[in-house]
Amino acid sequence: MSLKQVTGLLCAAAMSLTFAAGARAEDKVVKIGVIMPMSGSTASIGAHAKAAIEVAMDIINNAHPELGNLPLAKNAGLAGLGGAKVEAVFADNQGNPATGQNQALRLITEDKVAAVFGSYQSGVTLTSSAIAEKYGVPFLNSESVAANLTERGFKWFFRTTPIATDFAKIYVDFLADMKATGAKIDAIAVVHDNTEYGTSVANTISATFKEKGQPVALDVAYPVNATDLQGQVLQLKDKKPDVIIMISYTSDAILFAKTMQSLDYKPPILLADDAGYSDPSFIKAVGKISQGLFNRSSWVVGPPGSPSAIIADMYKKKSGEEMDDTVARQMQGFFVLADAIDRAGSTDPAKVQAALKATDLKADQLMIGYKGVKFDDKGQNILASGAIIQLQDGENYVSVWPKANAEKPPVLPYKGW
Amino acid sequence: MSFVLVQVIVGGLLLGAVYALFSSGLTLVWGMMNIVNFAHGDFVMLGMYVAYVVYTLMGAGPILGAPLATLVLATVGVVVYFALIRGIMKGPMLAQILGTFGLALLLRYSVFWWFGANFLSMPQDIVGGTYAFAGLRLEASRLLAGVVALLVTLGLHLLLTRTSLGSKMLAVAEDQTAAQLMGIRPDTMQAIAWAIAAGATGLAGALIANFFYIVPTVGETLSIVAFVTVSLGGFGSVPGALVAGLLIGVIESLSGYLIGAIYKDIIVYILFLFFLWFRPQGLMGKS
Repeated sequence: MSLKQVTGLLCAAAMSLTFAAGARAEDKVVKIGVIMPMSGSTASIGAHAKAAIEVAMDIINNAHPELGNLPLAKNAGLAGLGGAKVEAVFADNQGNPATGQNQALRLITEDKVAAVFGSYQSGVTLTSSAIAEKYGVPFLNSESVAANLTERGFKWFFRTTPIATDFAKIYVDFLADMKATGAKIDAIAVVHDNTEYGTSVANTISATFKEKGQPVALDVAYPVNATDLQGQVLQLKDKKPDVIIMISYTSDAILFAKTMQSLDYKPPILLADDAGYSDPSFIKAVGKISQGLFNRSSWVVGPPGSPSAIIADMYKKKSGEEMDDTVARQMQGFFVLADAIDRAGSTDPAKVQAALKATDLKADQLMIGYKGVKFDDKGQNILASGAIIQLQDGENYVSVWPKANAEKPPVLPYKGW
Repeated sequence: MSFVLVQVIVGGLLLGAVYALFSSGLTLVWGMMNIVNFAHGDFVMLGMYVAYVVYTLMGAGPILGAPLATLVLATVGVVVYFALIRGIMKGPMLAQILGTFGLALLLRYSVFWWFGANFLSMPQDIVGGTYAFAGLRLEASRLLAGVVALLVTLGLHLLLTRTSLGSKMLAVAEDQTAAQLMGIRPDTMQAIAWAIAAGATGLAGALIANFFYIVPTVGETLSIVAFVTVSLGGFGSVPGALVAGLLIGVIESLSGYLIGAIYKDIIVYILFLFFLWFRPQGLMGKS
């Protein structure tokens, strides 16, 4: 085999991996483009999202009367489109804003998808949704939390997840409650990566605490996918904050946990902002040395036999992983989008957009712990909400706050290992 | 000097030694046959996975994992040499770059396919926890990696400069035809160089796996470090890679602590470019 052939084969192999996710068109199929990080350092999230969306498609495309009030579960397919099936066309954004943009363009112009769904990292969502806006195709986002995404005055962008301002309020209230039980919360440190997600959430949290008369004492930024975090941990160890709020993707979250143990550093309260800390591979890798970690979540499994518990089971069978907050929010977002297309009774973009604007789902029609789904004129779900969970005695998060939904009381201080 | 600063410097030195170890393979292959191996970081990644598999199957730590990873990767190196490198060496420069780049993608996505995209991790105490003395905290796994990396890199240098095998390899690097006339088989020597280079990455991977996370794309992060180390140290120079690795480790740690992690890479690359301006051949490279 000549050199050119070898190189050609290798390139072909690489390219086929990128495009393998594509699918053929069929009659009575509604195609939804799904842009996720299937490779790159957040590929584990992409793999989980794919499994979650496959479960969602199973629920939509087949009859699942056991799931109660969940829209689209009872019958097979989308009733509004004569029982049409939903088909996700997966595209890999490699965790890269430029790639996300290209993939959005491909899905819209070549695959002719009815709507676009994605794209995990806020920075990637920012670019890929701009393409959907340009082409007039509805874009639903279920997990990116940078505030500016809905501040752009876009007409085709809808977001179901709670966002940074919501979390900041959750953290303020949660810490106030902890203070009432005797915890010290005077010096707060915010640790974040330098991505759109990390910086925007950190800024929002800092601004909110400042408004409440308690400015953040220490802001520690680091480059995403760091090779070494000893400097940051030593800096924290030096300054001894009472509370650390961590805003990190999975790779950095794991490295932080390991470095904190090796340098024997335990803050009194360690509070994580979802993301990497909700990735099951974080818990598997370093859950044992992160006991007492608080995390934000909107997902609660619920009692056995409940729709959410059944869905969690289906997801576990599909992926081999426990359902976590990120995939639950993604799955919920996909249901909202499919429901809007069903109510539109058409894949015409304007009709789907109108149906999304008219969305009014109640809490009992959801698989996640939001108060409902209803979009404001910026496309933000005003009924999204969240809670605080904690890693206690082992490798599962339990809900600890607010008190009304708590399985167990919060345990202080942070135990570590 | 505060303890924290000492801790930062020691941490940087240990990390730098590991940088040196996996970079020494890259520099060796370059020095021998002018090949830039873009799959180098992915070789390190394979080493990490071998160590992880050894741990999950046998519960064994680096005592078994490190030698096995070295062996497996050395074999991979030889196979890669005969299946790919020997062919593309005859081609244009672009083919060499794309060839090893394609190999990198092939390895990365094969691991993706087989192991999935999840982050894996070895138990924290697999090498024996953390030593604390005089306020200094040293992770046993980092200490082991640093010390072994230092010794092996020095050993590699001695092998090249003090043994007949090393002389033969250097002869091939200098002039293939002349070496052939002296009865040295360039093919064999180059295959051995690949075995050594890839073996070193396997060893480095197995050692890093004890304190880092394991994921198919980890090679991307490590490749850049290796390229900077090699060009700073001087292409083809093993002792250069050693000094450069230590230097980069310490500069990274110090600037990360003193100035802020966000600016860490900027500092490293400014110093790097500034240095190359005066010495484009690198610390110990031949001009």
